[in-house]
Amino acid sequence: MWEQIKANRNRSILLVIGMGVLLVALGYGIGVYFFDNVYAGVAVAGVIWVIMTLVGYFQGDSILLATSGAKKIGKKDHPRLFNVVEEMTIACGLPKMPDVYIIDDPALNAFAVGRDPEKAAVAITSGLLQKLNRDELQGVIAHELAHIKNRDVLLMSMTAVLLGTIVILSYYFSRMMFFTGGGSRRSSDSGGAGGAIIAIIGLVFIILAPIFAQLIYFAISRRREYLADASAALYTRYPEGLASALEKLGSSTNQVKAANQATAPMYTVNPFREKGRKAADLTSTHPPISERVKILRKMGGGISYQSYEQAAEEVTRQRIIPTSALAGAQTLAAREPSTEGAVGEPDKLARTRETQDMLFGMSRYRKLDCQQCGTVLRLPPDYKAPVVRCPHCGTVNQAINK
Amino acid sequence: MEITLIVILVVIVLVVLGLVGIYNGLVKLRNQVKNAWAQIDVQLKRRYDLIPNLVETVKGYAKHEREVFENVTKARNLAQQVSNSSPGVRAQAEGELSAGLSRLLAVAEAYPDLKANQNFLALQEELTSTENKISFSRQFYNDSVLNYNNKTQMFPSNIIAGMFGFTMNEYFEVKVEAERTAPKVSFN
Repeated sequence: MWEQIKANRNRSILLVIGMGVLLVALGYGIGVYFFDNVYAGVAVAGVIWVIMTLVGYFQGDSILLATSGAKKIGKKDHPRLFNVVEEMTIACGLPKMPDVYIIDDPALNAFAVGRDPEKAAVAITSGLLQKLNRDELQGVIAHELAHIKNRDVLLMSMTAVLLGTIVILSYYFSRMMFFTGGGSRRSSDSGGAGGAIIAIIGLVFIILAPIFAQLIYFAISRRREYLADASAALYTRYPEGLASALEKLGSSTNQVKAANQATAPMYTVNPFREKGRKAADLTSTHPPISERVKILRKMGGGISYQSYEQAAEEVTRQRIIPTSALAGAQTLAAREPSTEGAVGEPDKLARTRETQDMLFGMSRYRKLDCQQCGTVLRLPPDYKAPVVRCPHCGTVNQAINK
Repeated sequence: MEITLIVILVVIVLVVLGLVGIYNGLVKLRNQVKNAWAQIDVQLKRRYDLIPNLVETVKGYAKHEREVFENVTKARNLAQQVSNSSPGVRAQAEGELSAGLSRLLAVAEAYPDLKANQNFLALQEELTSTENKISFSRQFYNDSVLNYNNKTQMFPSNIIAGMFGFTMNEYFEVKVEAERTAPKVSFN
């Protein structure tokens, strides 16, 4: 289980190095095209990248949580979600339980942030919280915690920064190219055919760098989704939980309002997917849901990276788990489903109520039972009138805080 | 002449570094086992604390199920008594307790008033989660023990393990059949 992280890292490092090379190539292109000096271009690219990396490293998680409108919750806000996160923290042996955030959005999705396992957070949309039963919730949370445990979160945010730098630089300088009349400076000083060829190479770098960077980014992201799925099956000992959660996620067409291109790979499923479209192409941040579900179901009763790998090879015809992670591990039996007919698990209606109570509570609404008919009245925090009329039976109730 | 000396020195340094690495790896794994065990302990204690409250709440609604209450309380006290014993003995007692608890929760299903009681629902969520936490920490503990045991037995780390007294650890296994299966409720 622990070798997994190492093997995982080695493979990703290669891809990240590839992106680094792209950044240098872009800097080179900018250098020959605009500054007549290769080093100047590379230096400009490097400085911008360092600045963005520093910001991303120290502020990345809070920026991401803030832009997605996530709110932190405590145990009393939603005991079940809180408990499930705690359970999965124990299952995967993280040193510290991540903070729990809620995004008030009917779309179904979740993501994890945090540069190290000591300082991480998981966020889940209220829509998802309503839809999933305990087993499914466990699956999704386990998937997110696997991202934290496998250090995907840090890697993905650092690669996102690298990608962002490449995209911004190339966008900015390709605009400049059009406005300055393209390479006019270049031809004025050295001229000649050699200079022209170098200028064209520079131009090609500027145009192609963001496209290749994007493809590499997506490749890293997709691989890590499979790995997190495999880990989630291992932590929960119950692949069906995540499989049926993914099915629910896949059948929903709601898009996460606050998601954007850069944050898309952080989510459990691609927040921009369209219904029915098989997004298996190169430009998808996530493997197709149907494939992920099929692999999880094919694992059958045996829980291990081997059985996931076997199932994945049958479904996708490619290798997914690094060989070093497969050695030495044993295959375990899946556990029984816990919620089917289990005592005290809330049904769909109860879950909806639970979630709404939490959201109202977080916006500091007051709850008041109508004295006549028992209808629950919710008073906004700025409600100042002394009485409130029940919209159901018309009784006038005292609106005094208990 | 000098070259052989350097080669010998380099080999010695490499061997020493390797040994230190193996030793540290063993210590790390042993600490992980200890940590995992502490985690199980925390959750088991949490369960002892929850049971009296739960029994009291259910008692208020289901007076005729005395036998179930007595069994749970007895199993709890027994489990608490052996809480300093070896993992094997402990797992046995805890298994009995889990079985008793699932019977208690199954009883609660037959009392609609009880099922609507907020206090009971909160207790039940806590108990369900504690049960899960126990089984997940057991899972993590057993994984850690497996890793550690593998390392103490496999070459070459077994040599170091033998030299510094790294001994095998016991798994936390449940032998009670009732605990392995989820409680099934029937109304006939």
